[in-house]
Amino acid sequence: MSHPTDTAGSAVAPRRKGLTRRGRRRLSRGAQYTVFVAAVIALAVSADWGRLRNQFAQTAIARQMFPDVIVLALKNTVLYTLSGFVVGLVLGMVIALMRLSSVGPYRWVAGVYIEIFRGLPALLIFIFVGVAVPLAFPGMEIVGGTYGKVALALGLVSAAYMAETIRAGIQAVPRGQMEAARSLGFSPTRAMVSIIIPQAFRIILPPLTNELVLLFKDSSMVLFLGVTLEERELSKFGRDLASQTANSTPILVAGLCYLLVTIPLGFLVRRMEAKAQEAVK
Amino acid sequence: MSRTPEIRIRDLHKSFGDNEVLRGIDLEIGQGDVVCVIGPSGSGKSTLLRCVNLLEEPTKGQVFVGGTELTDPDVDIDAARRRIGMVFQQFNLFPHLTVTENLTLPQRRVLKRDKAQAARTAAENLRRVGLAEKADAYPSSLSGGQQQRVAIARALAMGPEVMLFDEPTSALDPELVGDVLAVMRMLAEEGMTMMVVTHEMTFAREVADRVVFMDGGVVVEDGTPGQVIGNPRHQRTRHFLSRLLDPAMAEVEEEISDRAGKSE
Ligand SMILES: Nc1ncnc2c1ncn2[C@@H]1O[C@H](COP(=O)(O)OP(=O)(O)OP(=O)(O)O)[C@@H](O)[C@H]1O
Ligand SMILES: [Mg+2]
Repeated sequence: MSHPTDTAGSAVAPRRKGLTRRGRRRLSRGAQYTVFVAAVIALAVSADWGRLRNQFAQTAIARQMFPDVIVLALKNTVLYTLSGFVVGLVLGMVIALMRLSSVGPYRWVAGVYIEIFRGLPALLIFIFVGVAVPLAFPGMEIVGGTYGKVALALGLVSAAYMAETIRAGIQAVPRGQMEAARSLGFSPTRAMVSIIIPQAFRIILPPLTNELVLLFKDSSMVLFLGVTLEERELSKFGRDLASQTANSTPILVAGLCYLLVTIPLGFLVRRMEAKAQEAVK
Repeated sequence: MSRTPEIRIRDLHKSFGDNEVLRGIDLEIGQGDVVCVIGPSGSGKSTLLRCVNLLEEPTKGQVFVGGTELTDPDVDIDAARRRIGMVFQQFNLFPHLTVTENLTLPQRRVLKRDKAQAARTAAENLRRVGLAEKADAYPSSLSGGQQQRVAIARALAMGPEVMLFDEPTSALDPELVGDVLAVMRMLAEEGMTMMVVTHEMTFAREVADRVVFMDGGVVVEDGTPGQVIGNPRHQRTRHFLSRLLDPAMAEVEEEISDRAGKSE
């Protein structure tokens, strides 16, 4: 690796004083590689791999998790995520439109909502939905039981972000589009629904998919609501099994299940972003 | 000219904040007449056109189209706009829809036409502008000239009584201008009432019944093309036309008059 660097450096050196720009870049890159390799070796040598494998990679325990980890835990995670996403999307759309409204109080309420819910940890919102809501409205059940509660909590968490994303998307649609629609006789509402929002969604598809990934991970906070055995999702499922077996393999398996979904989704987002970038050119 | 005016503008004023862009415009356009509006950049031509279909709210004054007062606060503006087609400099086609959908969606959503009728009207108007074969294309795959003709067809599909054009050829490459002007010429011959902001003097001379020269938010000159373009009475009109017809000459002229102004 260092061989070509040397020849290039010495060939140019006599002509100019010190390192050339190219020489300096090579030297810097070489140093970075060295640090990286050293760090990997240090980690590999110092960690106790035997004990780690014992704690995290016991095939017998891993095998015992199937098929429940998929047909129950992953399925529930997906269900919680999607229902939260739908609630967040609908609520976010309403808040975005309120934020863009010409009616002052609507703008104001939407702004306050966004500031509050963007500033709170998701965990607090889960606790709030699990504890405060039943206290505040005794006798009133949130529809759908745990599923309804999770959808509400995740929806409340994501609506604030989605509202800002949707608003940005709507504002990114050129002004001429609304003017063309109005000049054809569309009412403002109809123009928004048939012309502007469909274009806005094309623009914000990547950030919305990102939000889906975030929600997928945030669904792990369901365990703060207290769930039945059938309602367990990946994190709770993994943690329960880990304490049963006194081994952390279930945590690793649960983690891999998350990655099974989040990595392809992230890949999809980058593809969409690249495509959108290309369309702009 | 003795016909009932299709468009009537009375003492129209429009300000953006402190900037008074229109300072009292009076204009009548007869049914079937073609009026070209010319004038220097910033003189308020676009603003005037946008006030005619109330895309801009006039600060003061009245606008009538086909006998309806659009400036009446109680008027159903969406209904009124259906009778006024507008064509923009930047086309403003809906990029997420195909050419046909660009024409059918407004008919279905606004005029509540059924699918078959909307499709028929769309096909008919695409044929009129010579783009029947692009029915299933997306706007982004069309040239500027083709996009503008689709935009005209989209406006026509709504069956307007009046068409407004805001510099419809200014964003086009020179070789594409002709096709768009040909479509507008056809419309004029069919008797459409048209108000056209343009810098195409040949079009104005040959097609317009009247040419209106605007400067500084007022109508400076209003008459037949022969009068306004051929034999302008006002110094401002003459100056504008000489700059438009021969930009290179005008610059020298300006420089000379500037220098003369300084030495005084
Ligand atoms: N929405 C707006 N807000 C503020 N000022 C505006 C707005 N629209 C137009 N103006 C101002 O009004 C004046 C006239 O603009 P207008 O677009 O009507 O001119 P124009 O004659 O069409 O010029 P051009 O030939 O460049 O299109 C300009 O000074 C412009 O800055
Ligand atoms: Mg203009």
